[in-house]
Amino acid sequence: MFIPHTDADREAMLRTIGVEKLEDLFQVVPAEHRFPSLRLPPAMAEMEIAAEMQDMAWANESARDLSCFLGAGAYNHYTPAAVDAIIRRGEFLTAYTPYQPEVSQGTLQAIFEYQSLVSSLTGMEVCNASHYDGATAVAEAVNMAYANFRGKRNKVVLSPALHPQYRQVVRSYTVSAPIRLVGDEPEANLKAGPEALLPLIDMDTALVVVQYPDFFGRVYDYTALAEAAHAAGALFCVSVNPVALGLLKTPGEMGADIVTGEGQPLGIPLSFGGPYLGLFATRKEYVRKMAGRLAGETVDNRGQRAYVLTLTAREQHIRREKATSNICSNQGLIALASAVYMSLLGKHGLRQVAELNFHKAHYAALRLAKLPGYNLWSGTPFFNEFVISCPTPVSEINDQLLDNNILGGYDLSQDYPSLDKHMLLAVTEMNSREEIDLLVEVLSEVSHG
Amino acid sequence: MGEPQLCELSVPGRHGLRYPAPDVPLSPLPEALLREDLPMPELSELDVVRHYTRLSQLNHSIDTGFYPLGSCTMKYNPKINEETARLPGFAALHPLQPVETAQGALVLMYNLQEWLKEIGGFAAVTLQPAAGAHGELTGVLIMRAYHHSRGDSQRDKILIPDSAHGTNPATSAMSGMRVVELKSDARGNVDLEALRLECDHTLAGLMLTNPNTLGLFDENVLEVIRLVHEAGGLVYGDGANMNALLGVVRPGDLGIDVLHYNLHKTFSTPHGGGGPGSGPVGVAAHLADFLPAPLVTILDPGDEDLPPLYGLVNPPKSIGRVKSFHGHFGMAVRAYTYIAMHGAEGLRRIAEHAVLNANYLKARLQDVYHVPYNRVCMHEFVAEGRWEDAPEVHALDIAKRLMDYKFHPPTNYFPLIVHEALMIEPTESESKETLDAFVDAMLKIAEEAHTQPELLKEAPHHTPIGRVDEVKAAKELVLCCGVSAND
Amino acid sequence: MNVPTNLKYTESNEWIKVEGNTGTIGITDFAQNSLSDIVFAEVVVGEGDTVGKGASIATIESVKAAADVYTPISGKVIAINEDLGSAPEVINSDPYGAAWLVKIELIDPAELDGLMDAAAYEAQVQE
Repeated sequence: MFIPHTDADREAMLRTIGVEKLEDLFQVVPAEHRFPSLRLPPAMAEMEIAAEMQDMAWANESARDLSCFLGAGAYNHYTPAAVDAIIRRGEFLTAYTPYQPEVSQGTLQAIFEYQSLVSSLTGMEVCNASHYDGATAVAEAVNMAYANFRGKRNKVVLSPALHPQYRQVVRSYTVSAPIRLVGDEPEANLKAGPEALLPLIDMDTALVVVQYPDFFGRVYDYTALAEAAHAAGALFCVSVNPVALGLLKTPGEMGADIVTGEGQPLGIPLSFGGPYLGLFATRKEYVRKMAGRLAGETVDNRGQRAYVLTLTAREQHIRREKATSNICSNQGLIALASAVYMSLLGKHGLRQVAELNFHKAHYAALRLAKLPGYNLWSGTPFFNEFVISCPTPVSEINDQLLDNNILGGYDLSQDYPSLDKHMLLAVTEMNSREEIDLLVEVLSEVSHG
Repeated sequence: MGEPQLCELSVPGRHGLRYPAPDVPLSPLPEALLREDLPMPELSELDVVRHYTRLSQLNHSIDTGFYPLGSCTMKYNPKINEETARLPGFAALHPLQPVETAQGALVLMYNLQEWLKEIGGFAAVTLQPAAGAHGELTGVLIMRAYHHSRGDSQRDKILIPDSAHGTNPATSAMSGMRVVELKSDARGNVDLEALRLECDHTLAGLMLTNPNTLGLFDENVLEVIRLVHEAGGLVYGDGANMNALLGVVRPGDLGIDVLHYNLHKTFSTPHGGGGPGSGPVGVAAHLADFLPAPLVTILDPGDEDLPPLYGLVNPPKSIGRVKSFHGHFGMAVRAYTYIAMHGAEGLRRIAEHAVLNANYLKARLQDVYHVPYNRVCMHEFVAEGRWEDAPEVHALDIAKRLMDYKFHPPTNYFPLIVHEALMIEPTESESKETLDAFVDAMLKIAEEAHTQPELLKEAPHHTPIGRVDEVKAAKELVLCCGVSAND
Repeated sequence: MNVPTNLKYTESNEWIKVEGNTGTIGITDFAQNSLSDIVFAEVVVGEGDTVGKGASIATIESVKAAADVYTPISGKVIAINEDLGSAPEVINSDPYGAAWLVKIELIDPAELDGLMDAAAYEAQVQE
């Protein structure tokens, strides 16, 4: 199967080594702990495990079986067939980190293309080879800003409309540093716009972090907030949904110093939460402060254009305990998938898919807003996600939706006690008008009790 | 001329994908919030497919050749893993779905937690960390939280042997710890005297890579762990080298308190050109309450008629989340498939043959390539890539010349405690024929080093590109199509 | 290897030239040679900052290595070499001249007694 040795091979090899049997190679392991008997299920053949896994997969009701209106940081989009065809190629799939450029130009140029595409999409100057996900990318932005001011600025302003899980990850990452995280206290006014963060920015502030569109789906122009951050000498970070950038003004235009984001909407399967893709872009003046791998263009000794991992002296294996991050792995294959996705959609497709999301979400929102008992958070533009308040608890509504093969929206009361009976709904190009109409119909039945 | 860049291939007006026309009435777009320009490439599907396919052909990979890269465990990645991870019931599952609709995924995660507990000898496992270094961060944050919960907040010192993995010091610093390096003794073990001197009331713990980056199992491992525990510290195990230990010894049985696994090394999930990885963390009972939230658990054991209900639970003293959602679930599916296909005996066979292959290569190479710390090795060993009578040749030159023989080079210049290090890890996947062919190439290169050193200095000769100008890359800093970041 | 006799040296390969109450600090020829091609240099203190002996004052990177530079003496930073940002390679070509990093106003000249002279430094790097 996966171990090719014949008995003859083994004997010959043991003889060359100068031992009699395999066990002789493990004499250094304390005898009382050597060769434990592991309680694991008996080994399965490939056809057996294939069948078992199929059964386990069938035990789930996925977005293939249900009409999915759930988003909240992970979105059900269409992935063109060519994306998977490329990332399944063994030459990409089974290569290591491209530390040896002479035999890794494929991976290196692919990272370079990814960096170029993400920089263009976000309106930023440089982008790294990716972080683990949208949450850890924000945490790395906080670390970067703190290190940028060499510990002289200790405050980070987090918008309460930044994804709750991202804020939790920032808290876990910064537990040992003297960083104060402010702005997302439970009593924060969630209906307020970015101007509510203005009074929190001062000369001790290292970074201001907002989300675009925000966790509630709303789209704000953050230019004034960015200016306020800069006026106080702080950096400004925007966590994005990259699909929205096919349509919307870029964070770069608004003055962002750092753009992070969850790259999953760029052709990456939902896969129960991962592996996803942490986007991270910045301005060129901060390129050396940015953690993570970078592919750069250069030439080889034959005068050909070539690519190589560059600025590696910033990274953990060289800077050791003085590096700003311990990150080593990037999301290589997932970054490649997103690059293929962005290449295929290109200038026209990215705009088209963003518009489809926009129009379908607005159609759904306008219809739901007319239902008695439901109220749309309105007044602010939104992209493909929006909040409605409901007549009954969201969990009850979702049970009824599920009976109709609809995966309902996110129950906001899980993270925001003040948003009892508030649901966050996402609509993408995958939702047909019929699905949206059925959603409206079931919700209408709920309100009529 | 190599493969053009996307921005060079782009032709205005070309499309790669068409979407259906909207089936809903259009709403007015928010004019003030629209971007002016979308400077993305314009390509056909064939343009895109050819571009990336050609790029792929410039890579060395496990599927195309031997990859003896030390500490990276470049074993075969079974194709069935790729099938199971793509089953629509897994691949199209939303992470925030009600648990009742995701029982298949939760059972899988629960079982994998249980299996990793059993394999490593731990009381609890989290699947949340995204990679090895992320698992390290999780582990050290758990150690910190444990000491703080006991009022031991002065414990801020982490000991790291000089034979440990490179990420360990950065991880400790990120967790607010002070790093003290411990030297190795003449046999490649942790120096017990040096360790004793550091065992005081500020000791938070020791990060132990065992087998270490010399490929050696520490001969005093039980004493090392005893000393740290006696001083009130905890022992972190870097599980990157678990491939040598599967079914051979459980780190938890040795007394290791916390350890990360690398699903992308030991359990055959693909490296993908640098990721995604997956770094589950196992802990002993006294640390279980500190694991990141949430874990998968059985919410309701069920009965004769009802199956158990699996769901999520937050450990009481959790360090919090380290990642969104549930970790790299897709990697968990692959690792689950792999472990299920092996069972207990199969896992032991993996370790035995990984160690057999490494010792075989060492036996065949050691007369020509000096092996310091030469004793029975585990899954890898470190040789020196230098000869006194060929002074101009370095490990780097040997590495580059190996590419001409269609082999990926070993890890070089690591660990730092060996001069001109060549760290060789064959894994269990490789046949005797492949190993013999590699030995032949290594011996031929040793000969060339003495007779035609310039052949090595200028190598590689038969790869898509030659040696690159890294100084130019770092100085001119072109990180995007057609743009210098240094203007 | 060049080790000028008019300078004082540290074990971590910095040099200091003292003129009156001002010390000019850089890294040695040996240090630049071990780092090889330097691609980046950044002074991490500002004019007016007071630094204690042994504090980190600059970071220097080559393609394969990074080094922190520490001040050999305590004092107040009075000048920073702004030219190195755009031309870090000067550290390779002229480590004792154009590639000075910072100038410091000495607080305690007695600290100089703890530094090595050229002969002692040369002996250290020969080891």
